[in-house]
Amino acid sequence: MPAFLRDEKIRGILYQLITILGFVLFLYYIAQNTSHNIQQRGIKTGFDFLHATAGFDITESPIAFTPESTHWDVFKVGLINTLIVSFWGIILSSLIGLVIGIWRLSPNWLINRLAAGYIETFRNIPVLLQILFWYNVVLATLPSTRDSINLFDTFFINNRGFFSPKFIWQSGSWMIAAAAIIAILAIVWLKKWAHKRQEATGEQFPVLLTSIAILVLLPTIAYFVAGRPVKTIYPELHGFNFRGGSTYTPEFLALLFALSIYTATFIAEAIRSGIEAVPKGQKEAAVSLGLSPTQRLRLVILPQAVRIAIPSVINQYLNLIKNSSLAAAIGYPELVTIFAGTSLNQTGQALEILLITMITYLIISLLVSLVLNWFNSKMKIKER
Amino acid sequence: MAVYPIIPGKEPPLLDRGAIAWVRRNLLSSPYNILFTILGIAILYMIIPPFIKWAFLDANFAGHTKADCTGNGACWVFVKEKLNMFFFGFYPHDQLFRPKLVIGVIVALMAFAKLVPNLNKLKLALFVIYPFFAYFVLHGGHFGLSIVETTKWGGLLLTLVIASVGITLSFPIGILLALGRQSKLPIIKSLSVFYIELVRGVPLITVLFMASVVLPLFFPEGVNFNKLARALIGITFFEAAYVAENIRSGFQAIKKGQYEAADALGLGYWQKMGLIILPQAIKVTIPNLVGTFISLFKDTSLVMIIGLFDLLAMVTVTANDRDWLGMDTEGYVFVAFVFWIFTFSMSMYSKRLEKKLDTSNN
Repeated sequence: MPAFLRDEKIRGILYQLITILGFVLFLYYIAQNTSHNIQQRGIKTGFDFLHATAGFDITESPIAFTPESTHWDVFKVGLINTLIVSFWGIILSSLIGLVIGIWRLSPNWLINRLAAGYIETFRNIPVLLQILFWYNVVLATLPSTRDSINLFDTFFINNRGFFSPKFIWQSGSWMIAAAAIIAILAIVWLKKWAHKRQEATGEQFPVLLTSIAILVLLPTIAYFVAGRPVKTIYPELHGFNFRGGSTYTPEFLALLFALSIYTATFIAEAIRSGIEAVPKGQKEAAVSLGLSPTQRLRLVILPQAVRIAIPSVINQYLNLIKNSSLAAAIGYPELVTIFAGTSLNQTGQALEILLITMITYLIISLLVSLVLNWFNSKMKIKER
Repeated sequence: MAVYPIIPGKEPPLLDRGAIAWVRRNLLSSPYNILFTILGIAILYMIIPPFIKWAFLDANFAGHTKADCTGNGACWVFVKEKLNMFFFGFYPHDQLFRPKLVIGVIVALMAFAKLVPNLNKLKLALFVIYPFFAYFVLHGGHFGLSIVETTKWGGLLLTLVIASVGITLSFPIGILLALGRQSKLPIIKSLSVFYIELVRGVPLITVLFMASVVLPLFFPEGVNFNKLARALIGITFFEAAYVAENIRSGFQAIKKGQYEAADALGLGYWQKMGLIILPQAIKVTIPNLVGTFISLFKDTSLVMIIGLFDLLAMVTVTANDRDWLGMDTEGYVFVAFVFWIFTFSMSMYSKRLEKKLDTSNN
């Protein structure tokens, strides 16, 4: 071995040069082949297709969409639908996960085992299977439109989906929104004030109850002061389908239920391990300080458990968002189904479309990990 | 001298021992607890009896056609008749001994490795030879075996092929990526970080689309991967990023002294990593690795979206048979059960391993 190769620094530089060279050659090889293949097959390139007419319709679109809309509109509809189903999925899975996680720690043997059974069952079955099961079995066997399951003439369930009343916000509704914002600001201020007072005098103030009262009362008062501006439209049977209310399609519901039930198992486990990770001495210390069981949980256990549980819960939210792409199997029109599916088939520009799709998911992931990092730095134990 | 006979201690009162005490303590200790017990019984009552009625009491097991399913319950005749489809897909009927042989050999091999002590080199050699053996037997083309194209492979067989190839290949790639991420060389490190974060930020389905649609464009004309190979490439490179993160978390558990001791012994980089650091890091992270492999196993079901006929896709195929329309419920329940058996036993194994490897003192 020549002398200069024995120097670790020089070797390091050499290794990296070789890596870069190999990487660049590899990229060049791929680019060369790709451009050749694309020419050979007559595939168009570039991002002009985004402005071309899509030519198909989307059954479930939160924004105006016609067959004359462009592929860029398809992308927007897909992204919004991804976000909608993810949003409701995160809420629903958190609720289920919280209940199951707490049940999993219950001293009641039966409840404890039930929660464990739930977790072990749904965590170990592929989520795609669960989506297909909800779509092809549970929701498909619901009664037809004429024999809908009728809940108080307000909600209707049938094999075309779930129908609920719709609220129309007429002029004057801004007062309700304004009241809600004022209520939230008042609660923030109240919490600060109560904290300061407790620090100074030791007296406690029932913040939670007061907050709930403010949050309910202020918008209600605003509702009546503004002259009841919110109109409710109930779904009604017209011909073969319901009209008027809000519609939730079977595709949406199947995806939502399967994702929530699946993700909830991981959230429940995260919550359980968070609570179990709090050292026993902390609980004992809380007992010896004379705190009540509720105070122990609220002031000692939960603040420490949350710090451990939240990062993995947020990761599960991210997984839920990524798993929503499995809608491709049942045709809920989210990003992968309509943009990386229908648009890709129509234009044939797989490379561009998949790149846009992947970058979109990357940006979402990046935003979520930013939130995670912010949370971690905020929650870090402040040591002296 | 006075004799003091030992009086045997009284037994605890009836309510505080045995099953009664257990019930009192675990189910009825407080009003809340009683309420929860009632709730639990109600939930069980809503789930268990209807399920047993559907799956066993009202179900049909005997027969060969749909007409034999007369009950209101499940029609297990369907699963029984389609069992070969669920397990082997479209693999030719007269050649089924081949996948059975391949599965039999791996089971025998595992039993051999577990029961016979030592002979480690022989075992390793057998496990290295096995994949080639399996491929030759399944694909054929030699020794008088007819060729069975990979498009004919399906069902549980395909799921197991994808999962085992994915696990075996993603592991070494993941180790390399993890080493790259730990590396002090900035370019190698940033390339690894870029790759890992890129892959972990996107859903598997987009990677599979990439592999099935765009990958063929990357290679010169004439180089042609079949659909299965493309799916395998996609899954392997996807899971490698997750394996890399598992191993990195193992690295973080290794004390600095280990590195310094290896340096002090004069070991080079590969010796240090291969002999000292990696064995410990992998041991620490085995539970996480098994977790990743469990999700890989579940994720294999996604290949049905790019048109491969794995175990899950077989439900759609078999339930679309004109003689068996409307049997998807039975199909899904059966397939879910098969998946569950595999993933649940993997997680049980990981729990046992975790206990076995736990050398801490508390």
